[in-house]
Amino acid sequence: MRDGETAPVQLRLCDASGCRAAGAGALAAALGAALEGGGGQGPRPRLKPVGCLRLCSHGPLLALDHGGASALYGGLTAEQVPTLLAIACNHPGGHDGDRDPRRRALEAHRLDSHHPFFALQHPLVLETCGLVDPTDLDDALAHGAYRQLQRLLATATPAQVRAEVRRSGLRGRGGAGYPTGLKWDTVALQPPAPRLVVANGDEGDPGAFMDRSVLEGDPHRLLEGLAIAAYAVGARHGYIYVRAEYPLAIERLLRAVVQAMERGLLGQADPATGFAFVPELRVGAGAYVCGEETALLASIAGGRGIPRQRPPFPAQAGLAGCPTLINNIETLAALPALLRMGGEAYAAIGPAACPGTKVFSVSGSVVRTGLVEVPMGISLRTVVQTMAGGVPGGIGADGGIKAVQTGGPSGGCLPAALLDTPIDYEGLRALGSSLGSGGLVVLDHSCAMPELARHFMAFCAGESCGKCIPCRAGTVQLADLLERLMQRRATAADLDLIEQLAAVVQRTSLCGLGQTAPNPLVSTLRHFRHEYSERLLPDEPWLS
Amino acid sequence: MAVVTLQVNDTTVAVPAGVPLLQALAAAGVALPTLCHHPRLSPVAACRLCLVELEGASRPLPACVTAAAEGQRLRTDTPALQAGRRLIVELLFAEGNHPCAVCVANGDCELQDAARHVGMDLVSVPYRHPSRQVDASHPLFLLDHHRCILCSRCVRVCDEIEGAHVWAMANRGSATRLIAGLDQPWGTVDSCTSCGKCVAVCPTGALVAREDVPLGRWPTP
Repeated sequence: MRDGETAPVQLRLCDASGCRAAGAGALAAALGAALEGGGGQGPRPRLKPVGCLRLCSHGPLLALDHGGASALYGGLTAEQVPTLLAIACNHPGGHDGDRDPRRRALEAHRLDSHHPFFALQHPLVLETCGLVDPTDLDDALAHGAYRQLQRLLATATPAQVRAEVRRSGLRGRGGAGYPTGLKWDTVALQPPAPRLVVANGDEGDPGAFMDRSVLEGDPHRLLEGLAIAAYAVGARHGYIYVRAEYPLAIERLLRAVVQAMERGLLGQADPATGFAFVPELRVGAGAYVCGEETALLASIAGGRGIPRQRPPFPAQAGLAGCPTLINNIETLAALPALLRMGGEAYAAIGPAACPGTKVFSVSGSVVRTGLVEVPMGISLRTVVQTMAGGVPGGIGADGGIKAVQTGGPSGGCLPAALLDTPIDYEGLRALGSSLGSGGLVVLDHSCAMPELARHFMAFCAGESCGKCIPCRAGTVQLADLLERLMQRRATAADLDLIEQLAAVVQRTSLCGLGQTAPNPLVSTLRHFRHEYSERLLPDEPWLS
Repeated sequence: MAVVTLQVNDTTVAVPAGVPLLQALAAAGVALPTLCHHPRLSPVAACRLCLVELEGASRPLPACVTAAAEGQRLRTDTPALQAGRRLIVELLFAEGNHPCAVCVANGDCELQDAARHVGMDLVSVPYRHPSRQVDASHPLFLLDHHRCILCSRCVRVCDEIEGAHVWAMANRGSATRLIAGLDQPWGTVDSCTSCGKCVAVCPTGALVAREDVPLGRWPTP
């Protein structure tokens, strides 16, 4: 590890929301107190708070770097701190203390870094997440932050940057998979007028925490990506929209913006090109629909988060009527690595139709919950079974997995029989699911699919903005009909009505929320229809 | 001004380029029900009743905001559009409380007209019978939330034409409701000029003039 060579001994403690919830705060306090109090004869290890170390289910996570070697520990408590520090100070990785019961206890917490969960990861978006201190600009700079921005400002025109992104084949990571280069060109080639860029960090899908991890673990990477996008489309001003439910991400991002502005990395005119970019943070107010781009713009403008009909697309007329580029956090955070390696090298990763890597947050009924970044085109099975370990105690070829829910309330379910499906936008869509933003929720055989559909439908009914009728009234009716089905009070006629309503809501709703709200229902009906029909009341034709 | 020709259900019509497709429908003599649309107000494309299928488009588009362009071929009467339109009207009838027989707007109601237009003879989704309120705090008008379909015409007419900004929407989803001022009784909103434009554009009996209500059930404040 590069970092290990400069700092001989350091303890990287995951200080992201997941590990904080698992007790990272108490562990940090214990480590801090022990380090303060001295103890140990060797060089004093440095305690460094970092972003996500990936394996959230085993938190709090702590990596001990010594020279070139690194050991990852999970689930440590204050009790293990003295033993840990003894190893850090005296015998890193040594085995001479194996008979010491406290060392054996500590070893039990050590995680195998060669396990597929870590070994199959291909970090680009997350390449320095977990290595850098998200609160320290100098540390980020030492890890290469802003280097691509400065290189591009010095050597490339905006058109060249766009061409490079086009060559890379990068597609929007928010879920729709729109080609990023094409979107950039659409904004850049509008008639001369001010342009704006917006980073969409309103990550609201249940089970999705990719963007949060980027913001909490490596905020300067997002700022660099956003500034590069602004340069490429000719924008001088941008917004980062983050949901209010991410207080730690907001705090770190705000600090990063202030640091970058004070240091002159952002906000000041570049001597060669005159390019100056000012980002501004906007915090959401709790509406899921604000992840929809036109609702997001309405919210930034200070109005109700209500979508409007497209076209015109924000790339043509967005904030204040200006051409506005809206990219997902992960899309923007992929740019520094993409531009460093070059478009062609990036395009060589994964399938030609959707190259690159994708960050997934794996949760639900799995042994290893956490964050993985893998090449596109990898099979679902590799992620949820080989890497995440399948259902705890699960048996059989599918590891006890019944289905995988992808894409949250706008996505769908794939049954275990389809686990070998390669992950890409079109493949999952053809099977009635969708890649979505990257949340993968693993379901075991205790999950009733109609109940899952009811749950997501109730979520969408609660999050519908109320503007268009099919979404506002249709989702409510669907949630109620599914509730009736779960209570075994629904008839075959009701199931017919459910299907008719689902089709109308999908086809006639104004924005993506309504258009995709029936997806979990439709996909579970497609793959698990028997679970619906077995709950129906027997036919009573004279009552219909 | 450029003029474009396009096809509406096999009829070729000519309209100025860029006008809303609703104008092309009118030129072709095709009437579609509209509830949120009002010719004097900005379009919001919320009621989804004027959806049409445009050749080459992946999903139906609202005729009230989609711009007319040369060579477009659109259909207004496919089975999917008709079924969708009908279900949307049924959803509206089930969502609020619309007993036409006792409504002041009976016979002069655009929701009723829409139901007749789509051939609604039964509401196939369960009635929700929501518990809503009547705001009788204004000396000249009444607001009956039971009959409100949240089309937002009143919000727009007050904002765009009267300039008084009395109306807004609060909450979201099925809890969305029309509010006056800062969610206060209408009669206490100082900015209301009592112009009655909201009453004039209301497609249902949600906003009515007291003088049109035959019996004085709601005492004047």
